[in-house]
Amino acid sequence: MRKLTVALALLATVVAAPVLAAEVGAKPDRQAWSFSGPFGMFDRAQLQRGLKVYREVCASCHGLKYIAFRNLVQPGGPGFSDAEARAIAAEYQITDGPDDTGEMFERPGRLSDHFPPPAPNEQALRSRFGGALPPDLSVITKARSYESGLAIGLLDFFRQYQEHGADYVYALLNGYEDPPADVEIDGAQAWNRYFPGNRIAMVPPLSDEQVEYTDGSPQTVDQYARDVAAFLAWTAEPHMEARKRIGFQVMIFLIVFAGLLYFTKKKVWADAHA
Amino acid sequence: MATATAGTTRRDFLYIATAAVGAVGTAAAVWPLIHQMNPDASVLALASTEVDLTPIAEGQIVTVKWRGKPVFISHRTKKEIEEARATPLAQLPDPQPDQERVKEGHDQWLVVVGVCTHLGCVPLGHQGDYDGWFCPCHGSHYDTSGRIRQGPAPANLEVPTYEFVSDTSIRIG
Amino acid sequence: MSGHETFQPQNKALAWFERRLPVFGLLHSSFVAYPTPRNLNYWWTFGGILSVMLVVQLVTGIVLVMHFVPTSAGAFDSVEHIMRNVNYGWLLRYIHANGASMFFLAVYIHIFRGLYYGSYKDPREVLWILGVILFLLMMATAFMGYVLPWGQMSFWAATVITNLFSAIPLVGDAIVTWLWGGYSVDEPTLKRFFSLHYLLPFVIFGVVLLHVWALHVVGQNNPDGIDVKSNKDTVPFTPHATVKDSFGLICFFILFAWFVFYIPNYLGHPDNYIPANPLQTPPHIVPEWYFLPFYAILRAIPSKLGGVVAMFASIAVLVFVPWLDTSKVRSARYRPLYRQFFWILLIVCIGLGYLGAKPPEGGYVIAARLLTAYYFIHFLVILPLLGYIETPKPLPASISESVLKKHAGAPAAAGAVRSPERNG
Repeated sequence: MRKLTVALALLATVVAAPVLAAEVGAKPDRQAWSFSGPFGMFDRAQLQRGLKVYREVCASCHGLKYIAFRNLVQPGGPGFSDAEARAIAAEYQITDGPDDTGEMFERPGRLSDHFPPPAPNEQALRSRFGGALPPDLSVITKARSYESGLAIGLLDFFRQYQEHGADYVYALLNGYEDPPADVEIDGAQAWNRYFPGNRIAMVPPLSDEQVEYTDGSPQTVDQYARDVAAFLAWTAEPHMEARKRIGFQVMIFLIVFAGLLYFTKKKVWADAHA
Repeated sequence: MATATAGTTRRDFLYIATAAVGAVGTAAAVWPLIHQMNPDASVLALASTEVDLTPIAEGQIVTVKWRGKPVFISHRTKKEIEEARATPLAQLPDPQPDQERVKEGHDQWLVVVGVCTHLGCVPLGHQGDYDGWFCPCHGSHYDTSGRIRQGPAPANLEVPTYEFVSDTSIRIG
Repeated sequence: MSGHETFQPQNKALAWFERRLPVFGLLHSSFVAYPTPRNLNYWWTFGGILSVMLVVQLVTGIVLVMHFVPTSAGAFDSVEHIMRNVNYGWLLRYIHANGASMFFLAVYIHIFRGLYYGSYKDPREVLWILGVILFLLMMATAFMGYVLPWGQMSFWAATVITNLFSAIPLVGDAIVTWLWGGYSVDEPTLKRFFSLHYLLPFVIFGVVLLHVWALHVVGQNNPDGIDVKSNKDTVPFTPHATVKDSFGLICFFILFAWFVFYIPNYLGHPDNYIPANPLQTPPHIVPEWYFLPFYAILRAIPSKLGGVVAMFASIAVLVFVPWLDTSKVRSARYRPLYRQFFWILLIVCIGLGYLGAKPPEGGYVIAARLLTAYYFIHFLVILPLLGYIETPKPLPASISESVLKKHAGAPAAAGAVRSPERNG
């Protein structure tokens, strides 16, 4: 059994290898995210729309295993009420058990449950995509980036730019195009400007008017991509708002304390230099 | 010398202010180190459990797990309820009428945390001198209402917060 | 060295205790009365900063262990659990992860300060060698800590670095298998790295005590590199050095907080947010920034054994610096030639760091070879020769004279005149 697993896994990598060749895709453009910069916060409505896109489009192939329904209620997130989050959870069937007779059973989701995986295990998921594995999206915006070069990289230190992953997700979802004339790709793959190696096993997932928005936002691929990228920035860093808020307090404290220490130091050393 | 005194005061104030700010900062930095040991968000989320009561026959006690502890759900017989209610409060080390320990209209259901109030062992059901629970660790006897009757335990078995979601199911926590 | 005052407890209970275990007297002589050269500049605050950083890493590490699961199936999940569920877990983990970088930043400043002011020279050779040992221990600890989140970079860093030992002739492969506890990096490797990552900081703590002890035996060096001659050359450690170190520390913390709260993943690699996959190597594997110069040296040599030897030699050569430097003068302030070579060395090291982050191909490899060669030439050729070639500038007669001259040169020259009132 173990040997078989290893053999299958090997086969899977061989199949997936051309997709994962060590090439880089085109450099994504930077977007104006509401959560950029030292005071940037998430846009609640955007996160709610992004969740809707994830649930209706991405979730059939991509997991979100680190996110529990209770996270939808927590401060700094999409800002659902307790009742709304319970209702969303109850729309999912969660496998629980074993019960008193030793059988697993299905029940409606609760706040403490996590988003269910798209397949019971990795092999089942791979087999659906000819060996390619749709990655879990929980931390995807921290697991993807792009080279900005030395100068921009240094500049990013000062302007605190950390949104490379969201840029990439947005660009990727908008990056489908026809392959160059001299390139042939097989039917199960698509050509994406921003994907490393360009051959991507994910065929274009979004189309205009695919997901219904109730807040009047445009129902376009561009907007869907933007919203789901923002949503995934939140899933990767759910405490970002608390982090920046506490960070501001810490900075103020440190600067005041440093000032006091500076004057104390001057007073203490006044004698020593005489 | 007046200026020297003023200088000294200003200097002392600066030293005290600096030290005070430093102390406040240290205290604030210690809090996350302490708070990280409190129950985390995933533990808090599991704080409620729903239990279906239909499979529990009269006279039976089942144990369910809630917050990592056993909870006894006792489907009491008429006799057990009467026994509990007939006991004069004066005889109890921790006086509490049975009516206060069950939900009104659901007199047959007693729900208690299955942790002896002495030192945390799990008492055995349908044992002891009072037909309730008996703790094997240090010999505490509880009655059919989960009240302490004899032994070193200081208090009755705790009734957790719970509610009847329907006639046949409860949510603990 | 004689202190500025001795510790004599007034309190009866304290005096009783002190006669039986003079620990307060020891603390007093080490951290209160301890004579500090009065001309120290802010580069000297990094010793104190490093001590604080060690404590920060120890404390955050100990609490992270309360939530971390050292298994190949559980490590990545438990780190995400810390980031999401544990109260302030994200803060503790980001402090610990960025703290490692800040620790190395401080230690590099500390090392280059020592090189500039000749702090390794007689009588501070043992102090310096203890420092090199601390540096090695830090590298081992940081490397093993980086493996623990069990992301792609963790896994492949562990694979590549442990494979360095396979370069050893005859027994290399056996050693690597022994390090792994299997035939590849796997759960046994993770568990032993976790154990050692917890142990080594306490070893570091012990060696730091020796380092501080050795420092207090020979006394601090100073920017003029001349010996302390009288009490006039020094000030008591408390409050003078204490408050100056505190100011330096808080300024350092501002930079630290910038990373932790605003760009916590700036110094990390995105691939480490992908769970470890033993079947697929990331396209470009790079170590953390603080290992890059050594990584460049490793890759510069076109032979497996040669690269490993060169990398370890680049650290080992530091042990011999006290004897490779033949100059009688300590501080680069009075060594016009050495001062220039010092800055060249610094630029070479930064250049090696840059090249370590680049793919090992084309011009990058040639540049890395040139810089590697220069690195060794600096220590093995330039340093010994300079002592004979260079004519040092005249040294000041004493530290206090140097301080007075500096302040007399300032516009408020009158203030520098010794006034009896202020010296009391």
